[in-house]
This record gives sequence, C-alpha cells and structure tokens, in this order.
Amino acid sequence: MRRPRGRRTCSKEPSTHAEAREIVFDFLEGYNLWEAFWTTVQLTVLSAVGSLIWGTLLAAMRVGPVPLMRGFGTAYVNIVRNIPLTVIILFASLGLNQTLGISLGANTFETINFRLAVLGFVAYTSAFVCEALRSGINTVPVGQAEAARAIGLNFTQVLTLIVLPQAFRSVVGPLANVLIALTKNTTVAAAIGVGEAALLMKEMIENEAQLLLIAAVFAVGFMCLTLPTGLILGWVSKKVAVKR
Amino acid sequence: MSSVLYDAQGPRAKRRNVVFTLLFLVALAAVLWWLYSMLNDKGQLEWALWKPFFTGTEAWTVYIWPGLKNTLIAAALSMVIALPLGAVLGICRLSDHLWIRVPAGAIVEFFRAIPVLILMIFALAAYSEYTGVSSDDRPLYAVVTGLVLYNSSVLAEIVRAGILSLPKGQSEAAMAVGLRKNQVMRFILLPQAVTAMLPAIVSQLVVIVKDTALGGAILTFSELLASANTMSGYYGANTIASFTVVAVIYIVINFSLTSFASWLEGRLRRGKKSTGAVLGADAVEELSAPGEHVDVTHDVEKGP
Repeated sequence: MRRPRGRRTCSKEPSTHAEAREIVFDFLEGYNLWEAFWTTVQLTVLSAVGSLIWGTLLAAMRVGPVPLMRGFGTAYVNIVRNIPLTVIILFASLGLNQTLGISLGANTFETINFRLAVLGFVAYTSAFVCEALRSGINTVPVGQAEAARAIGLNFTQVLTLIVLPQAFRSVVGPLANVLIALTKNTTVAAAIGVGEAALLMKEMIENEAQLLLIAAVFAVGFMCLTLPTGLILGWVSKKVAVKR
Repeated sequence: MSSVLYDAQGPRAKRRNVVFTLLFLVALAAVLWWLYSMLNDKGQLEWALWKPFFTGTEAWTVYIWPGLKNTLIAAALSMVIALPLGAVLGICRLSDHLWIRVPAGAIVEFFRAIPVLILMIFALAAYSEYTGVSSDDRPLYAVVTGLVLYNSSVLAEIVRAGILSLPKGQSEAAMAVGLRKNQVMRFILLPQAVTAMLPAIVSQLVVIVKDTALGGAILTFSELLASANTMSGYYGANTIASFTVVAVIYIVINFSLTSFASWLEGRLRRGKKSTGAVLGADAVEELSAPGEHVDVTHDVEKGP
C-alpha cells in the first residue's frame, strides 16, 4: 500500500479495511439515510395506489359513452398534465393548507405536508395513468369487439372476456414508465419540507464537504429504486404482451 | 358514437346516458359549490386580491414577465445545449463499436434513472465549490445543467428511436450506392430522422418548461413560480389568485406546445414526401424512463 504523503496525510492511519471504510464514510454519521429513502418509497407507493384508482376512474370517464364525463376527463387531463408538478405541490402546501386550512386530518407539520404531497402526486400522476390506460384500450383493434358481438356476447362479456384482458396486457409497459417517473417525481416533495431523499441530500451538501460522495450515494440510491422497477416490469410487459 | 368498448347506442342506452349526465352534473355542482364556499369563507374571492392582475400592468411587468422570461431562457438554453449532446449520445449508442456503444448506453441509463432535482442540487453545490460562477448566476447555471444532463439522455433515446424508425431500405439503398457508414448517417438517416423526431422534441420541450419550476421552488431561481410566491407576499396573501394566474400561464404555454406537436405529427404522418416515419408525443413518456424495456420497433409507429 502506498503511504499518503504531503498535506493529504491522514490524522488517523487506517490499519484495517474496516477502519478505512469508517473514515471514508464518516460523513454519513448523524444522518438517517434509510429513513429518507423509506419516506421516498412510502410517498411512491401511496401515490401510486391513489393515482391508479383515480386514474382508472378518469380513464373510464374518457372512454365512456357519456359526453359530459368525457369532456370532464379530457379537461382534467389537459389541465393537470400541463401544470408543473412543483406548482401543484407548492399550491397544496401554501394554498390548500396555509390559506384554506385543509390539513387532511393530521396534526403535526410533518404529517400534514406528507399527506398534502401524496394528494398532489395523486392529482398529477393520475392524469398520466389515465392516458396510459386509454392508450392501452385503444390498442385493442375494433375488429376484436365486433367479432365478439357477432358471436352473440353481451356488453359485460365483450368487456371482461375480450377487450380488458388484451388492454391490461398492453398497459403494463406504459404504467411501469409512469411508476418510474413517479418515483423520481417524489423528490419534488422536498419543496414543502417532506423529509425524503432530495431534502436530506440538500441538507447534507450544506453541512458536509464530501460533495461528490454524497451525490454518488443518492444517485445510487435512486438507481436502486428505478432500475429494478424498469427491468422487472419491462420483462413482465414483454412476457404478457399480445402478439399482433 | 361507437368504440371498441360499446356499440352505437339504442334508445335505452341513450336514456341511461341522460341519467348519468344528470347525476354527474349534480356531483360536479356539489364539488364546485364546496370549493366556492370554502374560498368565500376564507375571503379569497375578494376583488382586492384579484385586482392586481386585471387592472394596471404592475403585476405583469414587475413580477410575472421577469419570471416568465427566466423560465423561457432556462428552457431554451437547456434545449439548445441538450439537443446536440443528445444527438451525439444517440448516434454513439447505435455505433458498431462496442467501446463507444456501451459507455454511451451507460451514460444515458444513468441520467434517466436519477431525478432531475438531484442533478440540480448537485450542480448548484458543484458550481459554488469548484467554479467562480457568481452566486447570482448560479441558480440559472444549476437549473440548466440539471436539465441538460437529464434531457440530453432522453433526447439521445429520441434520436436513436427516430433513426431506428426509418425503413431499413433507406440505409440499404445508401450503402448499395457506395456511401460510407458515416455518409449514410449524415446524408440519409439523420436528415430524415430529424423530421420524424420533431413532434417528440417539441413534446420534450413541455417537460423542460415544467421542470424549470423546480429551480424556483428549491434552488432560489427567480422564475415564474418564484414570482407567484413573491406576488402573494406583496399583494396581501393572495396565494390562490397568484397561483391560479401562474398555473394558467403554464397551461397556455404547454398546451400550445402540445397542440403544435400533435399538429406536426399529423402533418408528417399525412405527408407524401417523407417515409412517413413519425416519433409521436407518446414516445417521449416511454423513452424518459430507464431500463432496457424500450422496444423501439414496437413503440414507434411506422408509416405506410
């Protein structure tokens, strides 16, 4: 091993591998990395479930036969998709909470902002879920439904036996992309002080000197969240895809 | 009206539609009334709070326009810098040489996998640590750097998908007349791919405009969203009014960009001169997520 020279001489000479590791990673001391990433995961999962429900309802409105509901769905998607997520999240805190006094049944600052962030993510992401589902339904050729009706299946049978099974299969890939985008978007919650990964990163950069190491830790953390999602769901979407 | 889900409707279904319409109308009216009474209770509908935006030009010239200008500058800079970088990365990813293809692929996958906000926070700290950029310029630099790093890898995938979307006969014919690989790319594939990519590039511009707002909220970059915050402080806590005005501006900009993209897409698809290969707005969302699952030949709609 080459000995450190000049002004880079360590005050503590690492004699073992474990000690050397301790010195390199001592900037992590006093920060709860797991808790921050756990908050990121919680934000992602809760928002994903919520936006799947609201997005499905919106998609049902957009493809349904009632003109007013179709109009509402289209308007919602076009408005929400074109507003920056940051504006929605900040508005949830400054507008809904501080101006209108909505606290979503929470008492502490942290819980209120966490819930408001989830609400904002659900409102935003459901527009993308709606579009993914709608494009999934549109990939089913009209001939499939016409053939089903021709052999005498009724509306429910056409929907549950023919159209939806094909639509669900083609929707896995686009929904996976929405989920990955959502995972990355949860960092926006840092704008209203939710203690997730990006906020912790900002705090650590302000207090610690190891800029590159800190950035690397958080980059790897997010890659651990997004890359497996992309690979696994990408594999699933190929596996279930309808060959046409 | 008939679709894959339901047939042309008969008299019974039409009656049912009317019932659904009425029920939905009632629900919508209830929600709007709840919203109105809440806003009214908190005094947010008072004319004094909305007045600055409708009478006089101060709110527009002092707060909104400077913010909007910064938003547009950051978005334009990011696009102009990211486009050539993305083109180079995308072409590198298609290279025949392993030692070019693999690093380019790694760069693209890396920057698509991490949030753009992380990149911006890092860039802001890096500029203050390693460079002499003045602290006034740093937020703009950081926002543009973050957006360039992320969007050049998304644009790289758009370029790659655009080139792969062209019919195989194009490069085969070019090679048959004796062009080199380099010439095939420069004279045959790229010019056609650029046309096919245009709608996707315009759609990506919407993503960039939206992401500049991150700078306003977290990096103290004085763009449109930040000006909403300043205004609500200056005009007596008119948070709802300021945010509404700013949101409407974003919607107008982004909706016109989206409409322009789909107009371009339709025009290219109908066009007779081109090969008909188009990379639509949908492709952008597919290509902005990491992972090898982007099956280009499947995603891209081939022309006739």
